[in-house]
Amino acid sequence: MTAGKEAGPPVTDRRTAGWRAWALLAPMLAWLMLFIVVPTAVLLVYSFCERDELGRVVYTFTWDNYQRAFDPIYVRIFGRSIGYATLTAAICIVAGFPVACYIGRAREELRDRLLLLVMVPFWTSFLIRTYAWITILKQEGLLNAVLRSLPFGAGPLDLLYTPVAVMIGLVYAYLPFMILPIYGSVEKLDGALIEAAHDLGAGPLRVFSSVIIPLTLPGIAAGTLLVFVPSIAMFAITDLMGGARVPLIGNVIQNQFTQARDWPFGAALGVVFMALFAVTYWILLRFREREEAAG
Amino acid sequence: MSAKVELCGVTKRFGAFEAVSEVSLEIAAGEFLTLLGPSGCGKTTLLRLIAGFEQPTSGTIWLGGVEVTHLPPYRRPVNQVFQSYALFPHLSVWENVAFGLRMQRVPAAEVTDRVRQALELVSLAGFDARRPQELSGGQKQRVALARALVCRPQVLLLDEPLSALDAKLRQAMQLELKRLQRQVGITFVYVTHDQEEALTMSDRIAIVNRGRIEQFGSPHEIYHRPATAFAADFIGQANLLDTRLIAADGSGARVRLAGGLELVLRAAAWPAGVETALVSIRPEKVHVSKSKSRAQSTFAEGETNMFEARIEEEVFKGATDHLILATVAGTRLSAVVANESALGEIFHAGDRVFCGLHADDLVVLRVN
Ligand SMILES: Nc1ncnc2c1ncn2[C@@H]1O[C@H](COP(=O)(O)OP(=O)(O)OP(=O)(O)O)[C@@H](O)[C@H]1O
Ligand SMILES: [Mg+2]
Repeated sequence: MTAGKEAGPPVTDRRTAGWRAWALLAPMLAWLMLFIVVPTAVLLVYSFCERDELGRVVYTFTWDNYQRAFDPIYVRIFGRSIGYATLTAAICIVAGFPVACYIGRAREELRDRLLLLVMVPFWTSFLIRTYAWITILKQEGLLNAVLRSLPFGAGPLDLLYTPVAVMIGLVYAYLPFMILPIYGSVEKLDGALIEAAHDLGAGPLRVFSSVIIPLTLPGIAAGTLLVFVPSIAMFAITDLMGGARVPLIGNVIQNQFTQARDWPFGAALGVVFMALFAVTYWILLRFREREEAAG
Repeated sequence: MSAKVELCGVTKRFGAFEAVSEVSLEIAAGEFLTLLGPSGCGKTTLLRLIAGFEQPTSGTIWLGGVEVTHLPPYRRPVNQVFQSYALFPHLSVWENVAFGLRMQRVPAAEVTDRVRQALELVSLAGFDARRPQELSGGQKQRVALARALVCRPQVLLLDEPLSALDAKLRQAMQLELKRLQRQVGITFVYVTHDQEEALTMSDRIAIVNRGRIEQFGSPHEIYHRPATAFAADFIGQANLLDTRLIAADGSGARVRLAGGLELVLRAAAWPAGVETALVSIRPEKVHVSKSKSRAQSTFAEGETNMFEARIEEEVFKGATDHLILATVAGTRLSAVVANESALGEIFHAGDRVFCGLHADDLVVLRVN
């Protein structure tokens, strides 16, 4: 350590230090430029353009795309997307919280194995897993086969290509993103705090609401963000499992860039969408800041 | 309000490890009881059993005459000050202290009053809005204390509540706690591994060793009449002497030490039917002087064991002088004498002196 310090040049010159810092940051900055700043800029520029009959982008300036984006049809789809994403996040919280608690409180060897299980689905392609769900839910699928074999003979459920199927797909896809951050919070939670609350007369419910929930809120907030944001933009699940009957905003945008060949309008929808994210994120961030200031 | 605490044959096993073995203990209502023992001896486990965080493997626990062995912690009229404080990081100091009252649904005005009083009691008025993370170790400890006291439990369990305080604050808090305990009359079960703290504060002390109670008695009894070698050694210092009985009659028991030195003990002190035993004497009970008559002190002739010794080592400790003595027969004893000016005698290594041990001060220890 000391030898290294002596060998290096003294870092007294601020300009040298600045130059070095920039050099170290360069790859990161290049990455940000290439994958975030440039595409966003292109999207912004496109959103003010028009298209010709062949679907090529014509560089002019117009607000038309934004006007169309706020057409009631699209506003309704935006609303529906937010609804689906909110419901997905809510179901993921309810389903993920007990799992996260169980893993976080398990013995260490067991804990590692359970965490691995949560992550196993990521080892296969997302599309393959979605097709697997289709074979489960379809009319002649696994679920109905099981139902039919039951003694009380439940009729076949026609789940595939319904909103329920879309919800199943979304929750399935994003549940791990809820479990992992909550697990992080639960694992950090000091068991003595729960004992202290019990000691002070709090029954299990009060301990849960007054101690466990407030202390795992950062994990819940992070998980909500991780689930809400991608599920609002999801189009593959709605296409495959919803049969494109309940289009969400992701489908509409994707459609503009593919079949409709209206890139400027797709770009405008994308920008509105990003603005929506930015606001959601900002709110959640404020929430977490408050929490961090608090705890 | 205070309650009696009883443990009846309580054993707690963690897997194959027995942390608490067959402990039976009766703590009187309003008593200040200290569990004293070395690290890992099972003090915290005993408290956790009383608080309800652990279930005994066998045995029963009673609070105020009611069996609570299987009652959850939130149904027991007991509060604990945790060794690790366990303050809620998402709540302010004020909210932490108010937590227990909120759970008891105490009216808001009363909560305000009691929390304020509790915080004043631990000299933390004005810290209301702070978060636990913004407090020093000692301040956290005091919040933990206030949080438990404010609930006015029938029994208060304290797990080394003063260990993080500096000497001065610690002493102040010791007196404060003791005063408080007398005033509110709550039964205190206090855990410490500081013998001085135990001696100063307790009505009674239970010496815990390897999950067992070695001795249970007043500080005075524990100090002057230690029951086992462990108890003798753990509280204060003790000369432990291996002895063999050579004669016993009505007036006394005559024993011989390995080197040949012979001592006379109270006949009643020697257990019947035993040949050899460990005998303990406190270093300050070894009377040392260059003059035979002064070593004899005020004791009667027949009750004092007199022998000559040489000072091997002398360590000046201010108020006291610590001596290591070697008797002619080769037995080594440590002695503590008041410092030279008080005694009018100066001791140096190599000096020949007389030692006097009174028969009453020689305590025969039980063998476990
Ligand atoms: N949950 C547990 N599982 C296994 N062993 C335990 C458990 N809790 C305590 N022990 C063991 O029981 C023994 C007593 O522990 P305890 O915490 O009661 O000690 P202590 O007297 O409070 O010590 P200290 O003064 O260091 O706090 C220790 O050897 C400890 O390792
Ligand atoms: Mg302990």
